[in-house]
Amino acid sequence: MAEIRLEGLAHSYDGGKTFALNPISMTFEDGKAYALLGPSGCGKTTLLNIISGLLKPSHGKVFIDGKDVTNVITDDRNIAQVFQFPVLYDTMTVRKNLEFPLKNRKLGKEAIAARVEEIAGLLGLEDDLDRKPAKLRSDLQQIVSLGRGLVREDVSAILFDEPLTVIDQNFKWTLRNRLKRLHLATGVTVVYVTHDQTEALTFADEVLVMNKGSLVQDGTAESLFLEPQHEFVGYFIGSPGMNFLDVEAKSSILTHNGMEIGKAAKEGLNGSYRFGVRPEFLIPSAKSGLEFKVDRIEDRGVFKLVHLSKDDFKFIAKTEESYEAQVGGKANFSFDSERAFVYDTNQKAVSTVSPSSEGGN
Amino acid sequence: MDAKKKNNKAWFLVLPVVFVVAFTAIIPLMAVANYSLQDIQGADNRLFVGLDFFKRVATDPNVQDAFARNVTLSMQILLIQIPLGIFLARLMPKSGWKASAALVVVAIPLIIPWNVVGTTWRIFTRNDIGLGGVLVNKFTDYNLSESTFDAWATILVMDTWHWTPLVTLLVYAGLRSIPQAYYQAAAIDGASALAVFRFVELPKLKRVLMIALLLRFMDSFMMYTEPFVVTGGGPGSSTQTLSILLTTIAIGQFDIGVAGAFSLMYFLFIQIFSFLFFTVLTLDERPGATRVTPKEKVKSREKVEKPVNSKLKKVLK
Repeated sequence: MAEIRLEGLAHSYDGGKTFALNPISMTFEDGKAYALLGPSGCGKTTLLNIISGLLKPSHGKVFIDGKDVTNVITDDRNIAQVFQFPVLYDTMTVRKNLEFPLKNRKLGKEAIAARVEEIAGLLGLEDDLDRKPAKLRSDLQQIVSLGRGLVREDVSAILFDEPLTVIDQNFKWTLRNRLKRLHLATGVTVVYVTHDQTEALTFADEVLVMNKGSLVQDGTAESLFLEPQHEFVGYFIGSPGMNFLDVEAKSSILTHNGMEIGKAAKEGLNGSYRFGVRPEFLIPSAKSGLEFKVDRIEDRGVFKLVHLSKDDFKFIAKTEESYEAQVGGKANFSFDSERAFVYDTNQKAVSTVSPSSEGGN
Repeated sequence: MDAKKKNNKAWFLVLPVVFVVAFTAIIPLMAVANYSLQDIQGADNRLFVGLDFFKRVATDPNVQDAFARNVTLSMQILLIQIPLGIFLARLMPKSGWKASAALVVVAIPLIIPWNVVGTTWRIFTRNDIGLGGVLVNKFTDYNLSESTFDAWATILVMDTWHWTPLVTLLVYAGLRSIPQAYYQAAAIDGASALAVFRFVELPKLKRVLMIALLLRFMDSFMMYTEPFVVTGGGPGSSTQTLSILLTTIAIGQFDIGVAGAFSLMYFLFIQIFSFLFFTVLTLDERPGATRVTPKEKVKSREKVEKPVNSKLKKVLK
């Protein structure tokens, strides 16, 4: 068990021309579960491979429990890693697979047997020990490859690199729960890489959202949803993603093509900004707010998605199931002043926005 | 009961292949079978002799010697070329222009025609003007037309030079298809380089190696052109392969009945051996037998049939 600290960590595959990973400094606290969330190619696997030592970072340092391990090889880092697909030694039985890392470390026979029994018990693999892994279901295979990492004493951390990718749809959920339970049972620090927000939000204590090689926001599922500090978080997390609109600010009054949208809480904003509000926080209102044309209503059973348009832009609102409106007709929507944001040209949130006191028109 | 009538019309699509194979394989083979069962003296003068020719071939000491020689040669070739091929494949660069360059260099021997290889080596090993012959003679007496050992060793080295690249290319392709994650996992598990080879690479290369073994066995067991050009089967009959002996019987002695019987036995031996070999090596995959791709099977059959056909044509000439 360990705390992992990154200091100014960055990586370039081509000697500094482009960076797969921009400088990151952060700490993974002991025993917590973290998710690295981001689209393909955002640098999350690179970051993971640097932590496990498969990749040597071109810049910065990695500390495990305060010890600089930047130049320590994988073998000596005591990190378990689970890959996108089950990585197993197919000629060996499950038992031999689990014994393998211990044999390589020249442990005594009895110690190995005891440890393997213990881990098999923890993972629920007792009955499968003498079978070939190829005969197991894919989620169990993934558990075996996890077991190979856990079998070593004092594992510092478990790294999961999109472990559910090739798992049969029916077992994804079971496997995720199993992994979660294992994390709670062992108390090992876990870093879980995924591009699936549901996986990330349900698995981790803290989610790190990454985009284009940079860490854009980290926090709990709740804070990522309620307070997206970066446009990408608003867009990537939540379904559907955030509504955005280009606005001009003049003394913090936001307008779009001359139409007033709202007022930023922060004083003195001038210039080009983007206004963003999640569909959940676009609220139907009788008279106030903006008047939209209702294009389409999707009834999703427990809620409705109302597709709205106005002049040159479109918004989507997520309303209660009881919401009724005429398709093709007009409807007024306002927004929650705590939950609407204005983003600067660097896509960073600068302020919340409150709706204008009267209707836009 | 009558859930759905199965539409088996796709079988008709196989007909063109059956037609072609009939002309290229089945009919010539039957012609040889015809020769092997009758003693044909002239157009109207033939005598049915049953299995006499087969018995004669089986008991002929020359054939037995050639058979033993050929088995030894094939085994030696496999023992040298398979490990060497793996070794070379592991040394080759994995990506970039170096990988392309290495592939081209390695593939060069493969695209040289058999008799050109033979002629090249015939000159290369000459004692008076051959680069190799003169060089080796500086250290030790080397004369392939006098020394049995020299002739045998030359054939082995030549075949190794000519065909190890095939093994190398197959293994190289196999190695490239192993996902990087296996190596990463092995690194995390603290596996030694030897363990990585033994537990990661070798199991993943199993199928590729099986193909390499089969191809190399069949080709080496049917070797004809190169020893014919380089040593002519000599000195004595020390490098006389089954193919060379067969040609001697068929064309030299014009003993067509015996040659026909010989051809059939030769063909059947390779066929049966390859089949057993393949079956034994894929035994553990039987329950999910679909993994044996028909393509590979057809390939190995073709490999067996084609050269035999060319021999049959020689016989029929």
